[in-house]
Amino acid sequence: MIMGSVWSKLGVVCALSMLGAMTITAVADEQGVAQEQASDAVLATVEGDSSIGQKPATPVDTGDNAWMLVSSALVLMMTGPGLAMFYSGLVRKKNVLGVMMQCFFLMAMMTVIWGLWGYTLAFGGDPDDPGASGYSAWIGNSEYLLMNNVAPTWQDSAGEPSYPMSGTIPVLTHMVFQGMFFIITPALICGAFAERMKFSAMVVFTAIWGTVVYCPLCHWVWDGGILADGSSYSQFGGFSLGALDFAGGTVVHISSGVSALVCALVLGKRLGYGSDPMPPHNLTYTTIGAAMLWVGWFGFNAGSAGAANTVAASAFVATHFSAAAGALAWAGMEWIFRGKPTVLGTCSGAVAGLVCVTPAAGFVLPIPAMILGLVAGVACYLACTGLKHTFGYDDSLDAFGVHGIGGTVGAVLTGVFATRVIQGSERLGVLENGPYLAAQIGATIVTWVFAAVVTFVILKLIDLTIGLRVSQKDEVQGLDLSQHGEEGYIFI
Amino acid sequence: MKKVEAIVRHFKLEDVKNALTDQGVQGMTITEVRGFGRQKGHTEMYRGTEYAVDFVPKIKIEVAVADDRLQDVVDTIMRTAQTGQIGDGKIFVTELLEAIRIRTGEKSQDALG
Repeated sequence: MIMGSVWSKLGVVCALSMLGAMTITAVADEQGVAQEQASDAVLATVEGDSSIGQKPATPVDTGDNAWMLVSSALVLMMTGPGLAMFYSGLVRKKNVLGVMMQCFFLMAMMTVIWGLWGYTLAFGGDPDDPGASGYSAWIGNSEYLLMNNVAPTWQDSAGEPSYPMSGTIPVLTHMVFQGMFFIITPALICGAFAERMKFSAMVVFTAIWGTVVYCPLCHWVWDGGILADGSSYSQFGGFSLGALDFAGGTVVHISSGVSALVCALVLGKRLGYGSDPMPPHNLTYTTIGAAMLWVGWFGFNAGSAGAANTVAASAFVATHFSAAAGALAWAGMEWIFRGKPTVLGTCSGAVAGLVCVTPAAGFVLPIPAMILGLVAGVACYLACTGLKHTFGYDDSLDAFGVHGIGGTVGAVLTGVFATRVIQGSERLGVLENGPYLAAQIGATIVTWVFAAVVTFVILKLIDLTIGLRVSQKDEVQGLDLSQHGEEGYIFI
Repeated sequence: MKKVEAIVRHFKLEDVKNALTDQGVQGMTITEVRGFGRQKGHTEMYRGTEYAVDFVPKIKIEVAVADDRLQDVVDTIMRTAQTGQIGDGKIFVTELLEAIRIRTGEKSQDALG
């Protein structure tokens, strides 16, 4: 029943955004006025500085804002060129542009969706003042629709602009930082359906997936919803689903990883999988891409502190240490069991470590972060080399093996290693007799089920309408030529 | 005229080229090729998936020579490309029916020199 109302609300919001610009502006203005009257606690208007010709004094913390803007750019760099290179080096020559295009196109499309309706579905409404702001724990309201209450407005009375604020930074900064996460999450899934999905189907899938999977999850975890730590909405009959997720273990990695597995299963194997050789066509790209992911992840995790503070420093170090330990762990596993440490394995291990530490980054000390990386390197190695072959699914670039498994391990281990030493006041992880492990597991299960079921439904709907896979002829020819009429490498 | 095709190891290319040009050979064409003989291939492993790579990379040198130069050229390639290990490559010699310099239209041996 609750879900029903959620979807109807979602439908209304989506429908709203399809209406003409005039109507929307009118509606948005009305809401803006209503919210201003409600004096939303999150929003603070710029206090006027009377000195004429000077910029008004703002409550912006310039250090925080600078760090968050740099972090936003770093997270965008993770998708392009980071993920684009990491993934495109792993496919065959004939699909190199297909993969790069998916990443780059998502940078554009998810940004537009985020600006129009994504941000408001994820963050609309104030959980601290639910009555006045029309807050729902299931989905964001229309507070930020079309950048309303995000973009600055002209204050006639004060004779100067007013920037909506989110703590010490403008809502604009928070919006664009979170928007970069909205881009990379569906881009991660591309690794599972690489080399065989129709481009049109990919566009429709990611647009819908971002709206109905990512936005609600993001709202549940980071805007006081049903999986949010410390939220009254995350208590279910004595059981708390309020989990620690510092930078997106559930929202980004479990959701994309599990959806990736469903994609691989629903689309089926690539033609010739298991019989034809499908080695990576250019591991130099992959290595460069992995290095960019590592660097970009500092924006992702340390930026998730939301400020240039001590927690950011702690998250930065935890992120770095986990990546390093992950790389060593995977390479070590190969060295011991296969005789040689590989470049691809070392890169994959670093990414696994980064994935794993994502939910924990702001809650764990440096040495426990190394343990997280170590466990992730081993677990993801086993998933990509053993699990995949045992079950025979074709997760082309191991999106599930790295992000699904690494994210799950990270979410659970956060409940073990998280400590109040970093930023909290109450006990967190099992090691300090904290209560969070149950909630971590609970939130992980909810995320798994939600992402898997909704992804399955979206894929089936697309399969019944425009179709998911390219034709056999197109798949043999390669996505570069068949989907885009171009080639990555031209002999002239 | 004869065409000499020599399949050699990558790192021997420079030696072979220098020795041939010292000997008066005025031109050659090289191609990166893949193939196998007794050396066979090797295995590669990507995230636990092993691939048998049967075709190993080699360099193919093509030189057109006058009949009386053939033995010198073959000897030079033999001398410079040999390591004594399996995988040194092969030399193929074939009859060359005609050679034409595109710029001038010169034919046969005039086109080679």
